[in-house]
Amino acid sequence: MGLFYHIGRYFILLFRVFAKPEKFSIYYRETLKEVQKLGINSMGIVVIISVFMGAVITIQTAYNTENPLLPTYLIGLGTRDSMILEFSSTIVALILAGKIGSNIASEIGTMRVTEQIDALEIMGVNSASYLILPKILASVFFAPLLCIFSMFVGITGGWLAGISVGVVTTENYVYGIQYAFIPFYITYSLIKIIVFAFLITTISAYHGYYATGGSLEVGRSSTKAVVHSSIFILLFNLILTQLLLS
Amino acid sequence: MIEVKNLSKSFSTAQVLKKVNVIFEKGKTNLIIGQSGSGKTVLLKSIVGLHEVDEGKIVYDNVVFNELNFKEKKEMRKQIGMLFQGGALFDSATVEENVMYPLDMFTEMTKSQKRDRANECLKRVNIINANNLYPAEISGGMKKRVAIARAIALNPKYLFCDEPNSGLDPQTAIVIDDLIKEITEEYNMTTIVNTHDMNSVMEIGDKVVFIYKGEKWWEGSKDEIFETNNEELNKFIFASSLSQEIRKLKGNI
Ligand SMILES: Nc1ncnc2c1ncn2[C@@H]1O[C@H](COP(=O)(O)OP(=O)(O)OP(=O)(O)O)[C@@H](O)[C@H]1O
Ligand SMILES: [Mg+2]
Repeated sequence: MGLFYHIGRYFILLFRVFAKPEKFSIYYRETLKEVQKLGINSMGIVVIISVFMGAVITIQTAYNTENPLLPTYLIGLGTRDSMILEFSSTIVALILAGKIGSNIASEIGTMRVTEQIDALEIMGVNSASYLILPKILASVFFAPLLCIFSMFVGITGGWLAGISVGVVTTENYVYGIQYAFIPFYITYSLIKIIVFAFLITTISAYHGYYATGGSLEVGRSSTKAVVHSSIFILLFNLILTQLLLS
Repeated sequence: MIEVKNLSKSFSTAQVLKKVNVIFEKGKTNLIIGQSGSGKTVLLKSIVGLHEVDEGKIVYDNVVFNELNFKEKKEMRKQIGMLFQGGALFDSATVEENVMYPLDMFTEMTKSQKRDRANECLKRVNIINANNLYPAEISGGMKKRVAIARAIALNPKYLFCDEPNSGLDPQTAIVIDDLIKEITEEYNMTTIVNTHDMNSVMEIGDKVVFIYKGEKWWEGSKDEIFETNNEELNKFIFASSLSQEIRKLKGNI
């Protein structure tokens, strides 16, 4: 079935997701659960990739600017801008697509093929809204925090790598990360990650919600969720960058 | 009472139900029997509104269910309980939370009232001391019973069961069948059960509807089933039952 079929069905699903909730207290409780599951449980992986990315960027910048005419504070500046502009939003989002995207698709997909979604519908619950809205709220709310967290951790990782390899002093690095700072870059990054979080959650939920068959198909839909989320993240990265930075 | 009038349903690939007309009676256990793939599940899911039908009417005690708007349907659903083939318990919730779920969603009861009601339903289906276990930690037969408890939590007027005893040993299957029949009579519900198990027919079938290739081929009581000379129905009975007794009753050993 064609691309337009999927896009149409995706928007119909979104329309149902944003219908008025049955009971706010239950949605609130579910959202908190999702914050734990999708947000807090992702902090570990965000720390690991951010530290290593910050470290690698610092060392790469150092070796690429090994010219006596270039001041070493450029290393701090380079790490800062790379982390803020691209890594803490786009790369973190790609990693999250792998982690929470597959998680969402397989959870909802399993509920579909074991008729748990039918069971919700039969009770008169709007299953799309009940299952998907809390996930969207949780991830859209938590992703910016993960992004800022990643910026700090990445820049710290860069500093640790820089001083332990001996390519930059603490003083120069700190001077560099403050030099010619443009606050809008942070806004830009946060806007991006909010959009990415929305894309990951909804695309993955879509693939899970319309899974058919058995556990094999659930696995397949979870793979599709990750691949499609990643493609749309890259596409929207391009679009948003053109819109916001040019 | 549920009345199905001229119901047709097709999917993009094929027509599954062809002009089905049937009446399911109140306070009775109505069985839908038929071969695998004959359209039993599609019929049941069309009756409860999980499938849009192409044509026909589904009437619940004078209310034309498939012509209600979204909101009215939702109200109506609170009177419907359904037991799915695999139980369809929520994996991430405990036994007790599963039974409390419809109460959480649709009543203004206090926490302790909800817990009391859940325990009452669990006791009714003979599940004791399993409140804090997860679905993965209980047996298939227990899952079915918990699912029945969840289905009756809101005191429904209509109960639907899709293959309630598939995957169970014969003894447990009878327990589940009897439970469904007892509850039906106790609460005076209109119950519809899908099955391809002749033992269930013998055990609980107040009224039996035989579906063949998407058409209603035969209907009657469980006693009449042994007098019919409907060829397809007889084939079905032989194929689906190895019981000597049933073969004897059909006079063909
Ligand atoms: N969602 C669907 N899309 C397309 N075809 C379907 C769908 N659901 C069921 N069918 C088709 O409808 C026919 C009847 O299926 P149904 O599930 O009702 O059979 P059944 O009588 O319940 O069988 P079983 O005893 O194995 O459960 C089958 O041929 C099936 O392929
Ligand atoms: Mg079936």
